[in-house]
Amino acid sequence: MTEAVVITGIGLLSSLGEGIAPHVEAARGARKAVIDRESFAPYPVHPLGTVELDRQIPKKSDQRQMEPWQRIGVYAAGLALDSAGIKGDAEAKDRLHVIVAAGGGERDHAVDGQILTGLKTAANPGVFLNERLLSDLRPTLFLAQLSNLLAGNISIVHGVTGPSRTFMGEEQAGIDAVRVAHARIAAGQAEMILVGGSYNAERRDMLLLFELGGALLKGAPIPTFSRKPGQDGMVTGSVGAFLVLESAKSATARGARVLARLDAVSADRVRRDDGAITRSLVKLFLGHHVEPAGLLVSAAPGLAGPAAEESAALAAVAAGRTPVAVGDLVGHAIEAAFPVAVALAAALLSEGEAASALVTGVGHHRGEGVASLSAA
Amino acid sequence: MMTDVRDAHGRPLVAVTGIGLVTSLGRGKADNWARLTAGQSGIHRITRFPVEGLRTSIAGTVDDLFSQPFAAPELSEKLAMLAADEAVGQAGLGSRGNFPGQLFMAVPPVELEWPQKQVLAGDGAEAVSYDTLLAAAAAHTHRAYHEMFLFGTVADRIADHFGTRGSPISLSTACSSGATAIQMGVEAIRRGETDAALCIGTDGSVHAEALIRFSLLSALSTHNDPPEEASKPFSKNRDGFVMGEGGAALVLESYASARARGAEILGFVLGCGEKGDGFHRTRSSPDGRPAIVAMQDALADAGLEPDHIDYVNAHGTSTPENDKMEAMSCTAVFGPRMTSLPISSNKSMVGHTLTAAGAVEAVFSLLTIAKGRIPPTINYREPDPNIPLDVVPNVARDALVRRVISNSFGFGGQNTCLVFGDAPV
Repeated sequence: MTEAVVITGIGLLSSLGEGIAPHVEAARGARKAVIDRESFAPYPVHPLGTVELDRQIPKKSDQRQMEPWQRIGVYAAGLALDSAGIKGDAEAKDRLHVIVAAGGGERDHAVDGQILTGLKTAANPGVFLNERLLSDLRPTLFLAQLSNLLAGNISIVHGVTGPSRTFMGEEQAGIDAVRVAHARIAAGQAEMILVGGSYNAERRDMLLLFELGGALLKGAPIPTFSRKPGQDGMVTGSVGAFLVLESAKSATARGARVLARLDAVSADRVRRDDGAITRSLVKLFLGHHVEPAGLLVSAAPGLAGPAAEESAALAAVAAGRTPVAVGDLVGHAIEAAFPVAVALAAALLSEGEAASALVTGVGHHRGEGVASLSAA
Repeated sequence: MMTDVRDAHGRPLVAVTGIGLVTSLGRGKADNWARLTAGQSGIHRITRFPVEGLRTSIAGTVDDLFSQPFAAPELSEKLAMLAADEAVGQAGLGSRGNFPGQLFMAVPPVELEWPQKQVLAGDGAEAVSYDTLLAAAAAHTHRAYHEMFLFGTVADRIADHFGTRGSPISLSTACSSGATAIQMGVEAIRRGETDAALCIGTDGSVHAEALIRFSLLSALSTHNDPPEEASKPFSKNRDGFVMGEGGAALVLESYASARARGAEILGFVLGCGEKGDGFHRTRSSPDGRPAIVAMQDALADAGLEPDHIDYVNAHGTSTPENDKMEAMSCTAVFGPRMTSLPISSNKSMVGHTLTAAGAVEAVFSLLTIAKGRIPPTINYREPDPNIPLDVVPNVARDALVRRVISNSFGFGGQNTCLVFGDAPV
């Protein structure tokens, strides 16, 4: 049994704004990326602008119990539900499955700094740490940090109470979230799935993790596919991206507007030897019907080596063309990078930009994925 | 003979051909089973870090696996590795480093821990901020920290070691994660995407900050003395859960493939049920509907009626709220029969192994079927009059157990129930 899978809802929130329009404009070159080079210097980030949270998260008490990465995700999920026309459909939301690609965390940076300072001179560091954590950690902070609590908050705020799973593992989590959602609907294991992720780039704790691995760009951003070794790295962005996927049968039955078809999604994980990413993507392309004139959308993280390998793979199926690098528009969004790339491809197809799209995703450290879409 | 490798819904039946286990009770399923059915506890006073000033100073940690200090993801990886080695070895599927199936792993969230941050903070006397840490990181002399604290690393290393196929899944559904890993393996086999799946739950995250976070939520038992009596599910005087560590692995295989290669079948995963709860971040819906629906869906998925279940492997955390809600939900599902249907909590002995719990308890459920012996709920001395159930108090019981439902409930409204059996339905 193989059901056709369609996209009937898109929820996007980023430095460009919310909804499909600003993202399509930016992809067409009619709107400039928003980059903050000062707040986290020397690391540029694509910051989230002012968002009227009340529009998707009406209760202040709910807003308070989330960290920014969760609020971004819950907001984008709400936009996707609106877009699919099921926000007010309690019965549909009671059955709606959820797959979220999530990170976690957000440290209290001030508390961490104070504790690290105190630990240097503490007579008994272990006891000092216990005392300070007991008095300085907010009890609710833990819940705001837990990876699966983005999905939990989507349940609470939007009343989505079908089965829900949270995938972790950076970019790979975002690729697998879309892949598994597609596979489950195609196999008739679910009719409708809300899938996506979110990332808050305006966090020094995450910049720290990636800087430890030498994965961040410093200074003025240059386009993803023009970055050279030594002047490369990720420019992260605050992004929320959710899609409502459903079987074509279900979309037809409820008279939903189909924004695009999600034809196939595949994922791989290879040891990163020279040429491994190229070989992996080329192998994955075999499972997709690639139109030579189709749209190319890339979730490339901004590292020169992997980008060159991704380009080499794309040259094999669409010679001479450079993909739309989503990272140049909204920043690289780690777990949300692949979902936002698929969302943007779907948005462009729904606006008549092309008849089909090929989306590539290559994780900054591991994970490769491909999605192919066609116009409704 | 085409139909008998498929279930009542026409899908491939899913057999279990290997299981492996590490908990505070011991290494390996034989050791664990012997101690579990002897009613022994793995809970002890914490020695891994200073406990001065903490309200809770006990846990079911798994010690002695490292000779030097280690980070939580290193222990989670080690526990997963040991459990998976045992499971894959028993299944005898594929060859060493070449497991012909996908990997589904329940792993705890990770982040840089205090020792690494202290290294980055340096020895100088100046005040430390994240800019201090970032400046130290920019030297790129601690690259190993990056890989160690990526969420995908533990599964990546397990995938490399066992040679699993495709993109490994790292997942979390909080305290039901282990059950979700099994459920996802079942779904992949039913889709025909793979003939085999290695499903693992692992958790080695007992460190000071993790304990303090749960403590600040008032979720932990403070009954520190004696430690082995702290976890007392379904008792009137239960006062919270006890953190535990562990790793559990199951090799799932399509029945057709297992039978074709003449593998020993340890049992079947007959059904899975899952329902979200939008009531509250940590509390369950007062009417218990999500847990009830999850159990009912698992039974329906298995093609069974409530009367077909012989034993309930409880989530049974020993928190006042969970045990009350679980008892009420079970009564709603199983009706008047619930007063005599055995239900027991492994957590009374191994504590709450959090991310691993659903997988640990799946292994115990399969052993319960295989051995015909129901592990007890220990520390049951003060019955709760509001929970009038047969909790298999304090002493293991021999019984014919053909079908088990195992419950897993987690923060964030996660409810996942699995049905195991000795034979296809």
